[in-house]
Amino acid sequence: MKKLLIALVALLPTLAIAASGHVHLEDANVDLHDKASLERGVDLFQHYCSGCHSTQYQRYERVATDIGISADDMRNKYMFTDAKIGELMQNAIPPKDAAKWFGATPPDLTLVARVRGEDWVYSYLKGFYKDPSRPFGVNNTVFPSVGMPHVLEELQGTPVKQEDGTIVVTGGKLNAEEYDQAVRDITGFLVYSAEPVKLERQAMGWWVLGFLFIFFIVAYLLKKEYWKDVH
Amino acid sequence: MVKNLINWIDARIPMTATYNRHVGQYATPTNFNFWYFFGSLAMLVLVNQLLTGIWLTMNYVPTAEGAFASVEYIMRDVEYGWLLRYMHSTGASAFFVVIYLHMFRGLIYGSYQKPRELLWLFGMLIFLVLMAEAFMGYLLPWGQMSYWGAQVIISLFGAIPVIGDDLTLWIRGDYVISGATLNRFFALHVIALPLVLVVLVFLHLIALHEVGSNNPDGIEIKKNKDENGWPVDGIPFHPYYTVKDIMGVAGFLIVFCYVLFFIPEGGGYFLEKPNFEAANSMKTPEHIAPVWYFTPFYAILRAVPDKLGGVIMMGLSIAVLFVLPWLDRCKVKSVRYRSTLHKLNIAQFAISFIVLGYLGVVPATPTLTIVAQVFTFTYFGFFVALWVYSKNEKTKPVPARLTH
Repeated sequence: MKKLLIALVALLPTLAIAASGHVHLEDANVDLHDKASLERGVDLFQHYCSGCHSTQYQRYERVATDIGISADDMRNKYMFTDAKIGELMQNAIPPKDAAKWFGATPPDLTLVARVRGEDWVYSYLKGFYKDPSRPFGVNNTVFPSVGMPHVLEELQGTPVKQEDGTIVVTGGKLNAEEYDQAVRDITGFLVYSAEPVKLERQAMGWWVLGFLFIFFIVAYLLKKEYWKDVH
Repeated sequence: MVKNLINWIDARIPMTATYNRHVGQYATPTNFNFWYFFGSLAMLVLVNQLLTGIWLTMNYVPTAEGAFASVEYIMRDVEYGWLLRYMHSTGASAFFVVIYLHMFRGLIYGSYQKPRELLWLFGMLIFLVLMAEAFMGYLLPWGQMSYWGAQVIISLFGAIPVIGDDLTLWIRGDYVISGATLNRFFALHVIALPLVLVVLVFLHLIALHEVGSNNPDGIEIKKNKDENGWPVDGIPFHPYYTVKDIMGVAGFLIVFCYVLFFIPEGGGYFLEKPNFEAANSMKTPEHIAPVWYFTPFYAILRAVPDKLGGVIMMGLSIAVLFVLPWLDRCKVKSVRYRSTLHKLNIAQFAISFIVLGYLGVVPATPTLTIVAQVFTFTYFGFFVALWVYSKNEKTKPVPARLTH
């Protein structure tokens, strides 16, 4: 019995590595309280991603309200379809055409941060590198054989994988630090999208727990009082 | 005025008598410990599931096209829909936590022994229906794990000889999991099984109140009554255990609400990550794992190399719990007065169950399969050993009165 347990415990670390996947993910460090970052995330996402990827489970208006964007700004700066502000954030290209162009329909990204995790999204956006063997000329370190082009190349520059595995970037409008921040902004927006109620939920949680602690003390004292005569 | 009303009702239905029999004058042992909170907590969680379930049903769309989006609609557009949904999803896991602890309580204090065999059987039926209820409920969000989990579990029935294929077809209502499956699972999840559950819980309570509660000493308090016929070691359920259970509820809710408000995904165990992606019949997830509360039995299934053999062993692992009252031939109930061998046996059973639960979560490897086989052996070994040693077990003297 004991030996078995020891054997099992000894196995655990290898299991953990096997289960956690293969690539190292960078820490996204998303801060959902940083509204400015979230708005930049909306901006970047709508300009670079929303052409192909919908976030169809959420509405423009809710995003605007939660992130603190005025309805006019939302309409004029960040909405590129003829949708009304109360509508869901669907994209412009019909899924069938998209499937024809890319080989597969670009997935909806409303919940991607909950499916893959925020660090994955962040590392994915930083993980593109030049690979002429791929249809779009790029591959990705965290998503091998990825089926999309590197849409942020004009911001990041051209990433080239060196022989030692590191990636060196040349050109691009942003320097490395600025690009990291841009990618963090997009990731933040997607983390928000995946669960818009997250901050509200946590804030409410403290009140609920506070109430329950007081309730527990009252219940404990009540029990003690009633049980005084039980021996 | 109130008295008249009560008399009027009592002349027509036995309201006061029923209240006294089940609450006001129900004699309860004085020495219930921590383990005795989980019965009332199971009831609390059941009510939580029923109520939040009703409200979720108001906005949920049980179709293959609409189900996933309707869950996100509830999470985003319905006022406090997220709260209802998390209460329901966290409640599902909490239900099993509470039920497993409740069952373990029965196991250590011999609450299944004579005269409580029927009480135990009703409890086991509740557990069985609860598993069906949870399994069908898990399909409803129509995520990837909903879909593929159901696909795997239903295909198990295909291992049954002769009728297997027809049976799986009959369960699914289609050749694959489809909208037809979703519709019938929805019907069963929101109407049929909850009704059965409530009836079984009712029977469970009737059976309990007929024979009276067991206690950590495993002594029948009814055997020692005072001149008024009231058990010397008994106190009325109300107010003593109502106030105590309220305290238990408060403690439970602190843990429950912490999960609900701060880690509703339960680290990917209560809400599995792939389930945030809509069901896709063309794309199999990398690793299909059932929700945590099924994994001990799933590990037993996988431990057997033969598919039919695995299904039989998994079925047996649950069935054997039903006959526990007849496997244990010892006259002493509580673990407190039983042999060291029995204590060790219970301990190894608990460890086996937990290890199997862990193994059911992770992908199978050849080494792990061997580990799972060992613990499947020890899981069943518990029952075999119990049957063998309990006949002539060396027990300690049982005191005449409760010891606290």
